[in-house]
Order: sequence, then structure tokens, then C-alpha cells
Amino acid sequence: MNTPATAPIDRSQMQVSDEVAIQISNMNKWYGTFHVLRDIDLTVHRGERIVIAGPSGSGKSTMIRCINRLEEHQAGKIIVDGTELGSDLKNIDKIRSEVGMVFQHFNLFPHLTILENCTLAPIWVRKIPKKEAEATAMHFLEKVKIPEQANKYPGQLSGGQQQRVAIARSLCMKPRIMLFDEPTSALDPEMIKEVLDTMVSLAEEGMTMLCVTHEMGFAQAVANRVIFMDAGQIVEQNEPKEFFNNPQHERTKLFLSQILGH
Amino acid sequence: MSDTHAQTVAYVRDSMTEQREPPVAQSGAVKWTRENLFSTPLNIALTIVGLWLIWVILSHVLPWAFMGIWDADSLSQCREIRDELYGADVSVACWAVISERWEQLLFGFYPPELYWRPVLAFVLFLAAIAPILFASLPRKMLWLSAASPFVMFWLIWGGSLWVPICVALGFAVGWAAVRFAGPKVGALGGILLAIALPVLYWALIAEPLAGALQSIIPLGLESVESREMGGFMLALIIGIAGIVLSLPLGIMLALGRQSDLFIINKSSVIFIEVIRGVPLIVWLFTASLLLNYFLPPGTNFDLMLRVIIMVTLFASAYIAEVVRGGLAALPKGQYEAGDALGLDYWKSMRLVVLPQALKISIPGIVNTFIGLFKDTTLVVFIGLLDPIGLSNAIRASTEWNGIYWELFVFIGLCFFIFCFSMGRYSLFLEKKLRREHR
Repeated sequence: MNTPATAPIDRSQMQVSDEVAIQISNMNKWYGTFHVLRDIDLTVHRGERIVIAGPSGSGKSTMIRCINRLEEHQAGKIIVDGTELGSDLKNIDKIRSEVGMVFQHFNLFPHLTILENCTLAPIWVRKIPKKEAEATAMHFLEKVKIPEQANKYPGQLSGGQQQRVAIARSLCMKPRIMLFDEPTSALDPEMIKEVLDTMVSLAEEGMTMLCVTHEMGFAQAVANRVIFMDAGQIVEQNEPKEFFNNPQHERTKLFLSQILGH
Repeated sequence: MSDTHAQTVAYVRDSMTEQREPPVAQSGAVKWTRENLFSTPLNIALTIVGLWLIWVILSHVLPWAFMGIWDADSLSQCREIRDELYGADVSVACWAVISERWEQLLFGFYPPELYWRPVLAFVLFLAAIAPILFASLPRKMLWLSAASPFVMFWLIWGGSLWVPICVALGFAVGWAAVRFAGPKVGALGGILLAIALPVLYWALIAEPLAGALQSIIPLGLESVESREMGGFMLALIIGIAGIVLSLPLGIMLALGRQSDLFIINKSSVIFIEVIRGVPLIVWLFTASLLLNYFLPPGTNFDLMLRVIIMVTLFASAYIAEVVRGGLAALPKGQYEAGDALGLDYWKSMRLVVLPQALKISIPGIVNTFIGLFKDTTLVVFIGLLDPIGLSNAIRASTEWNGIYWELFVFIGLCFFIFCFSMGRYSLFLEKKLRREHR
């Protein structure tokens, strides 16, 4: 899975601060009796771009879905922006409105126009006046380079365009953290680049990002940390250069040889 | 034309082919007739047999209907006129029964000098339903829709104008509870207050208040009892009330059935299964006979109101299952996207899930409504005079003893007009939403 060449990017803005954005400690999760996530420890600082890789079924999606509680964890602690995720619904809604999420299958609302998709949550969750929400939405639609599609319905757009709308929709909530769950896996090769470009420009602005992806070119260009997961555990993590050139764990070596080998 | 070199592998097209018309025999009416009516010898035979059958049926029905006699006082007079005009062996309709008794079929025993009231109520209903059915109409008309139930009630049953006004005030009390008390006691407390306060108001304050206002400023229409109403008016009152009330109840039951909350989930399931598992006619008998045993003696609980409640509960169980199908058909990603954006349960349902689930469920919902409307004829068994009941009453009179077809054709036609319009509206809505979402 080689990424279409990503242009060298400006890393000057991409400062990692000491402030902790996400703190996961000793987190465990089971589906019934199946132990999907085992003793996950992860600290994400503000401004970090983390790429999470691993074979399918390794628990990477489940892990980032735990961060905004689309999945529930059964043991351990997850603290997002200083708020602990528990069964308290208020905390959950607070964290969800601070954390943006982009899905593999976009999950745009097909009964609403692109603009309505982008203004729905700001209007109803943030209680922002409609006019203002629309202005913000247009700003972000311009940023993902599709302002002219604002009054169309998602079904009229290509996959790449839909995914860019999904990114804009998340950004309209002004999130402090963005989660990407295989954002390019459902796209045609021609459309992958346009989505990755959008993600790169987001990274350049200093957004804290966690991306589950198979786009290793993106990882090399943008990430400041690559995490490799297998069998529900974090097996190895390192800076991208070291990770790709000098993998330590047997499982990592095998994985890299398989995805970069052809 | 392009010059293709079939024998060589490498090929470069040097001219693009222009768009052309298809051959005449392959398009338009010629093609349609050949393909759909005369494609094979068997189909040719079937076409001919089909046309013959249609002719046989129409050649009997059309003369019967169109040569029918409109002006007579009784069935025997009808027969005399027929003998005179066409001879005794010709069968023609005696529409005179309709022209003589149509008012009764429409209004039952409603006082004839007050017919304008239900008619006005029906016109008001059409005006009130229009902005709900057609989104292109001005949204301000929805205020008319909100006020119409109270005005319609007052027009049909009459009595003091203050009664519907005082009942409507209960909703204002509920709104005020959400608006002013809600921010102080939290969302759930606000909802509970919004339910409790109006109920208390209706139970304790509304009636004396209406009475007091009536004694100060008497305003009102002559009252008409429920038992004087019948015919299509009755079918429409029960049908429309049932349709309007069963949709929200059915949606709540469908959401309840999907809920993770154990008590809500199980009570929805039990309600749906029990109501659905027993025939409507049993529920109607329950309403008309058994309820009297449970209610305190001396309570005069209007039979029509009891029937409306039963029909509503019955239809809502079906609606719940139809909507559940729509909810289940939505991809899980839609729920997740709503959650991930921070929408709470009710907002996510109202803004994301239900608009899509209801769109999927439209054919099933309208189907249930059509069924409900036709099932109102079952009330004849508990002594309400719906159109069928009235047709029995008309036949029991000496003038019209022995007449069947004409009455049933008329009743069937009236039901057909309503049910067909509902079906057409469903198609219109499906098409409109499909276009909007592509």
C-alpha cells in the first residue's frame, strides 16, 4: 500500500506541546469474553500526529473509538482534555463535542445538504446562530476545497468529496482533537490523495490527530509517532523514520515487509 | 464510422462515433406494443382473451351503472320506472336510494340544519393538513394546523367555546413548564413537569374554569351528542383521530422497543405484542362493554372516544413495528456519526435517525393508515352507525328493502377515494424525498 507521493510539508507550525491531550492508562476492553484491547497505555500531547497501524482485527479502530466512547472500555482510565470518560453522560457529550471523528464510510447524513450536514451539530449542540454556523461551515468547506457543493446532497458527491465534507463537518465543531478511522480505505485510488492533502494541511495547522490508516507515505510525511498494534496490544511505537527503517519487534518486521514488499 | 482492424491487436480510434437515433421499429409505441402485447403467439392469445374479458365485464357494468334511475321514492317505484323505460328483463341500478339518503350516509342522524358545521370542520381539516403534507406551503399555516383540532371539536360537538379554549390552555401550561421551569430543574425534570402540570390542570382546573368563563361570557353552539353522528362523518372522525394520534405513539413505541433501558424496552414489547395479537373487534367490544365494569359507576365516558382510543392503540402497535423496520434499516454509522458530533439521544433521533427511518417506513405507515381507516367500519358491531350500519338501517325501511349493490358501490367508492388519495400521497412523498436526497 504505497501512498501517492505526498509533497514535503512545512513542519514549522507542527509544534508538540507538553500539555497532555489524551491519557490512556491500563485500558482493557472485552467483547463478551473476547479480550480485544489489553493493557493499553498511551499519552498523546497537544499537537501530536499519531498514526496507528496494524493488521486487521488488531484493535486499532476499537482503540480510537474508545476515545470518544463509541465503544465502552471495561477497565482502566481514559482522560481526554482533563475529563475522565466514565458512564457520566454529561462528560461523554462534552468530550464528543471536543473530539472530531472521521469514519471509513464517511457517515454523512444523506437527508441533509452538505451545508446542513456541517451546521447541524454547531446549531443544535453548540447553540450557535444559524447564520454564524453557515459562515463557519462555508469557511471549512472552502478549506477542503468544495464550497461549490454546499447545496448538494451527499449522494451527489464522489467518495473523496464526501470524505472531505466529513472532515469539514467535524471541523465545524472546532474540535481540539481529530480521530481518523481508516479515512481512505473506502476510496478509489484517485481520490485518496485529495483526502490525504486535506489531512496534511490540518496537521500543518497543529491539530492533534490520531489516524488509523494503511497509508504509510502519509505516516512518513506527517506523523511524529507511529504506533503498531497486534492482538489488542501496542507492540511497538517509534518516530516514523526509525519505525520504518529499523523495526524492532518480529511482528512489526513481518507487517512492514508485507505491506511495503510489493 | 471507425475503421476497426479486427485482425490486428493494436488499435487506435481515429474518429469518435456521434450519437444517433435508434431504429424506428425499436422505439416508441411500435416497440412497446410489440414487446408488451404481441411478442409471442401465447402472448397474442392472452392479449385477445384479456381484451374480451374486459369487454364482457364493462358491457354488463357500464349500462347497469349509467342507465341507472336517480329519481324515485322507493325500490318498487324504481322497478316500475325501469319496466317502463327498458323492460323487465334489463338490470339497471337504482341510484335513487343514494340521491334520497346520501345525507344520512354522510352525516348519520346529525341535525340536518347543522350540516354546515361538520362540513366547515372538514374544510378546516383540509386547510390544516395541507401545510403538514406539502412543505412548499407557508410555514405560518402550521399555526392553523395546531389550532384546528380544538376548532374542529367545537364545530362538530358544539357546546361552550370555552371548553376547547381551556383544554388548549393546558398545552400552553406544558410549554411554559418546559420554557421557564425547565432551565431551573434540568431537562428531565422539565419534561416531567410538562407532563404533570397540564394533567393536573385538565383534571382539576380546566372544567370549572370553562364553566366560570361560560357563565360570565356565554359563547357557544348548540351541542350535538356523539350518538347522533354516523356515516362517513363517523368513519372520518375515528379514522383521522386514530391516524393523527397513532403516528407519534407508534414512533415512541418503536424507540421504546429499541431502547437499552430494560423496563421501557420490555413494556413496549409487551404492549405491542398484546395489542397486535388480539383482533381489533375484541378490543372494540372491550371498549364498549368491559370498560364500564372498570370505570366508577355513573361515569359517562363517550363511546366514540373509547373507540378512538382503542383504534389508536391498535394502529400504534402496527406503526411501531413498521417504524422499527425503518430504524433497523439505517446503517449503524448514522447513529455513530450523530453520537460522535455530540448530539444527545433525542436530538440524534429527531434530526438524524427518525427523518431517515420514517422515509424508509412511508409505504408501511400509509398502508397501516389505510387499513385503520377501513377498519373503522368494524364499529358497526358495537352499535355505532358507520356507513355499513346505516346501509343496514336504510335496507330495513320498507321503501328500500332488498337493495344491496347501489349502497355498497357508493360506500365502496367513498372509501376508495380516501384510501386512493392516501396511497397517491405516499407515492408523491417517496418520489419527492428520493429526488431530494440524490
